[in-house]
Amino acid sequence: MTNKTKVVELEQVVVRFAGDSGDGMQLTGNLFSDSTAFAGNDFATFPDYPAEIRPPQGTVSGVSGFQIHFGHKPVHTTGDLCDVLVSMNPASIKANMRWLKPGTTIIIDADSITDKALEKAGYQSDPTTDGSLSQYKVIKAPISSLTKEALKDFGMDNKAMLKSKNMFALGIVMYLFNRDITRVYPYFENKFKGKDQLIEANKTVLAAGYSWADTLEVFANTYRIEPAKLEKGKYRDITGNVATAWGLMAASQRSGRQLFIGSYPITPATDILVELTKYKNLKVKAFQAEDEIAGITSSIGASFAGCMAVTTTSGPGLSLKSEALGLAVMTELPLVIIDVQRGGPSTGLPTKAEQSDLMQALYGRNGDAPLIVIAAKSSVDCFYTAYEAAKLAMEHMTPVIMLSDGSLGNGSEIFRIPAVADLPAIVPPIAKANDPDYKPYRRDEEKLCREWAIPGTEGLRHRIGGLEKENIKGNVSHDPQNHELMTRLREEKVKRVANYIDDQEILGDPNADLLVVSWGGTYGVILSVVEKMIEEGKSVAHAHFRHICPLPKNTEQVLSGHKKIVVCEMNRGQFANYLRMNYPQFPYHQYNKVQGLPFLTAELEKEFNDLLK
Amino acid sequence: MENLKNENQVVNLTKEDFVSDQIVKWCPGCGDHAILKAVEDVFPKLGKKKEDIVVVSGIGCSSRFPYYMNTYGFHSIHGRAAAIATGIKIANPKLSVWMVTGDGDCTAIGGNHFIHAVRRNIDINLLLFNNRIYGLTKGQFSPCTFRGTVTKTSPQGTYEDPFNVGELVIGARGNFFARAVDNNTTELTGICFEAYKHDGLSVVEILQNCMIFANGVHDNITGKDVRDDMQVKCEHGKPLIFGKNRDKGIVLRGNRLEVVKIGENGITEADILVHDKTEKSTGIHMMLAHMMPPEFPVAIGVIRDVVAPTYNDCLDEIIDRETSKSNIHTVDDLLNSGSTWDIE
Repeated sequence: MTNKTKVVELEQVVVRFAGDSGDGMQLTGNLFSDSTAFAGNDFATFPDYPAEIRPPQGTVSGVSGFQIHFGHKPVHTTGDLCDVLVSMNPASIKANMRWLKPGTTIIIDADSITDKALEKAGYQSDPTTDGSLSQYKVIKAPISSLTKEALKDFGMDNKAMLKSKNMFALGIVMYLFNRDITRVYPYFENKFKGKDQLIEANKTVLAAGYSWADTLEVFANTYRIEPAKLEKGKYRDITGNVATAWGLMAASQRSGRQLFIGSYPITPATDILVELTKYKNLKVKAFQAEDEIAGITSSIGASFAGCMAVTTTSGPGLSLKSEALGLAVMTELPLVIIDVQRGGPSTGLPTKAEQSDLMQALYGRNGDAPLIVIAAKSSVDCFYTAYEAAKLAMEHMTPVIMLSDGSLGNGSEIFRIPAVADLPAIVPPIAKANDPDYKPYRRDEEKLCREWAIPGTEGLRHRIGGLEKENIKGNVSHDPQNHELMTRLREEKVKRVANYIDDQEILGDPNADLLVVSWGGTYGVILSVVEKMIEEGKSVAHAHFRHICPLPKNTEQVLSGHKKIVVCEMNRGQFANYLRMNYPQFPYHQYNKVQGLPFLTAELEKEFNDLLK
Repeated sequence: MENLKNENQVVNLTKEDFVSDQIVKWCPGCGDHAILKAVEDVFPKLGKKKEDIVVVSGIGCSSRFPYYMNTYGFHSIHGRAAAIATGIKIANPKLSVWMVTGDGDCTAIGGNHFIHAVRRNIDINLLLFNNRIYGLTKGQFSPCTFRGTVTKTSPQGTYEDPFNVGELVIGARGNFFARAVDNNTTELTGICFEAYKHDGLSVVEILQNCMIFANGVHDNITGKDVRDDMQVKCEHGKPLIFGKNRDKGIVLRGNRLEVVKIGENGITEADILVHDKTEKSTGIHMMLAHMMPPEFPVAIGVIRDVVAPTYNDCLDEIIDRETSKSNIHTVDDLLNSGSTWDIE
C-alpha cells in the first residue's frame, strides 16, 4: 500500500496505546514495537497497567497503557510526553492527560464515546467536542463500527468481532508511521495456528484500519523515522525480565554450573520464573516453591549441592527471605537474589516501579550480614547485570542481590545479541576431591572466599549451617574472639570485591560544577538530560552506579571536585544516605520521586538548572 | 530409581565410618542418642559412599544431628530443612538426602514446607523426632502437645488440639508413613531402611522422649510393662495382632477400626485385619495412624508405602525429553532464535 499524503521525517517519537484492561493494548504495543524493530529504529517501551486483571470496565482505574519511544538517535528512555495517544475509550484519555503535550495527536475510538462511557470516565461532557482537548489534534475514528463492518462476512458474533478492534487501531498507527503491515501477519499465523478464520479476521481488520487512514486522508501528513545508526550486529527486542532470565542462563553455561531457580510468583518479578520454566531443553531446573522462604531456602540447598542457584522476588518477598539471606551469608554459599522492585511498603504499588528496597537489600538482615548489591540500569542491562551477579556470587562465594524494577522488568529495548563466549569467564572456586588439606572455612588469600565443596565429592565431607563456625576448620564455635574474626572476614570478603569490579565511570567533565548521581533504572532519563545540558555547554556530569555494595574503589574521587552533587532516586533518599554514611565529607542534594512513575526529562532539567544557578 | 541407589556401591563401610569427630551434646538419657545409634546402623546398609549422603536439619535439639554424622551435612534455620533438602535433591538426585527434624521444627514453623515436600513426593527420608515439646527453647508446647498439657507457655494446660503426624502426612498426599519408638533400636533401624528403600518422600515419626521437658510423654506406649499391649506392629501382609499374649487384634467393623480379643465372641485370627501398606486409598492407613491410647494401641511400623512417581523422576524425564527434541542446545542458540534482525 502506498501513502497519498506527504511524508515528514522525524528524529524521535513517543506513541502511547491506551484502553481498557483487556482491550489488548499491551499486545498492540508489542506488535508496534516489532514493526519498529524492522524499521531499524532504536526504541524503548514502557507498559503501564493496573494491578487488577480486569478492573471495572470503562473506568479510569482500569486503563492499561503501553508507551513506545523510538528514534533515529539512540533512545535512552521510554519517553516523557507522547506525540500520539491511541485511546480506545474516554477513560483512557482522562487517565493519560498528564502524558499529553500541546499538539499531541489523539486517535480515539469515536464509537466508544457514549453517555455511559463518559459518565464512567467521570466526564461531565464529551471532551472531544466541549473544547477541553482544543490544544491537541483529535482524530475520531469509528474503530468499533468499522471493525464490525470489516468482519461482517466472517460469521462472528459481536463480542468476537470487537476483540479485533485493537488491530484496527494498530492499522491506523502503522499507516501514520509508514510501516509495513505484512510484518505483523506472522504473529497472527503463529498465535492462531489452525484457526484460519481468526488469522484472516485479524489481517482484515489491521488492513481495514490502515486503509481507513489512507483513504480518508485523516492525517495531514505521515511520518518516517530514519533507521538508527546502531552498531553492526544481530538484534532482538527484549524485556528486562527476559533479559535477566537469559543472563542467568548465560552465566550458568559459562560457569558450567547447572541453573536452579527456586521462586514464588510475585509481581513484577514473576516473568523471570515464567521464562526460566520454559528452558528444560537447556536443563534449567525451575522449582515453583510454596512460598518466598522456600524459594530462597531451596536455592540455598541447590547451591550447597553445586548448582548456580537463583531466587527471584519483589520487595515484600525480599522481606520474607531476610532470615535465609543471613543463612547464605553465614554458610558463604553462592546465591543470586533478584529483586524486581515495586512501590512499597507492604503490598504497596505492585505494578509500579520504585527504588525503595535499597536499604533492605543492603541491611535487611539480623547480625552484621554483608553481601554484594548491584543494580541494572536498563532492560537490556538486566542481561549483563544478572550475568555479573552470578559471576560475583560464584567467584566470591557470597549471596548477591541484583536490583531491577518494574519498569525495567516489563519495559523492552533492542538488544544487540552477544556471543556467550565473549562474556567474561566465570571460574568458581570448586574444591578438589580428596584434598587432604581441605577445610570448610579455609579461604582464598586474595578474595577471602572459601571453597565450594560439593556433596558427592570424595574426601570433602563437612557440615555447614547457620551457627557461627570456627575459622578455617568450620566446627560450631561460640568463642567470642572467633565470632569477631569471622564477622570481620565476612565483611572484608565483600569489601575486596571492589578489586574485581570496574571503576566508577563519569560522563562529562570530572570537575563539573554539578555532579548528577544515580543508580538503577533511572539511568536512561538522567543520561538524556545530562547529555543535552552538556551539549548546551552546562557544567554537568553524570555518575551512574551499578555497584552499590561494595562501591567502586574510585568513588571518592568521582564525588570530589564538584560544587554540588545531586542524588536522584525514586525513593526518599536511600542512596543519598548511603553515600553520606560512606563519604560524609561531601554535601549531597537530593531529587526524589515516589509516584510509581519514571522521572521526566523536563522535571530533571529544571532541577539541574536550578542547582547550577 | 533403584539403579541410582545401587550405583557407586561401596562395601565394607561400618557404623564407625559414619561417626563424626564431634562431641554429642544431647542431654544424657535423651531419646536422640538411640536414634543416632539406629541411623549409624542404617547408613552402612545403604550401599552408598559417605560422600553421597547428605543430612539436613532445621533448628531444635534433633537438628544438631548432622554434626554427628560423618557425611555431608547442613544444619540450617528453623523450619526450613524440608525446603533446603528439596533444593539439594532437585540439584543432584543421586544424593541420598536425609532430613532430621522435630515436631516443632516440622509441624509448626516448617509446616508449610513439610506438607508441600510430602505432596511433591521429593525423594527425601524424613525423620521426625516427636517429643511433643519444644526442647531447645526449654519447654513450650508444640503443635503435637496433647490437649491439656501444662508447659511453660500453657501454665493452665493447652487448649488446642494437636496434630497427628501420620494424619498430616497422609492428608498431604504422602505415600510413605512409618512410626517408630526411640527405645527399640533394631526395629527403628529396620524402619529407617524401609524409608530409604521407598522412592519418594518417606516420613518416619519417631516417638522420642525428652528427659527434661516432657519426660515420660510416651510412657503409656513405650513403657516395658505396657508396650506389648499398647503397640500394634504393622507388618505388610500380616494380621494386626498385638498384646503380651498375642491375643488381641484390630478389626474393621463398619467404617471404623475396633480392638477385639481373639477367642472371645467367636473371633478368630482370620477375622483380624491384614495390613496392606501398598493400598492406594488412604482410609485404613489414616485410621491406623489415628489410633491412640487408651482406646487403641499405637500403630508402629510402616503404615503406608505406596508406589508413586517422584518429583525428580518427573522433572528429569521432562528435561531429557525437551533436551532431545529441541533445536536449542545452547544459550547462543536461544539468543539467536525467534524474531531477530541484522544491522549492517
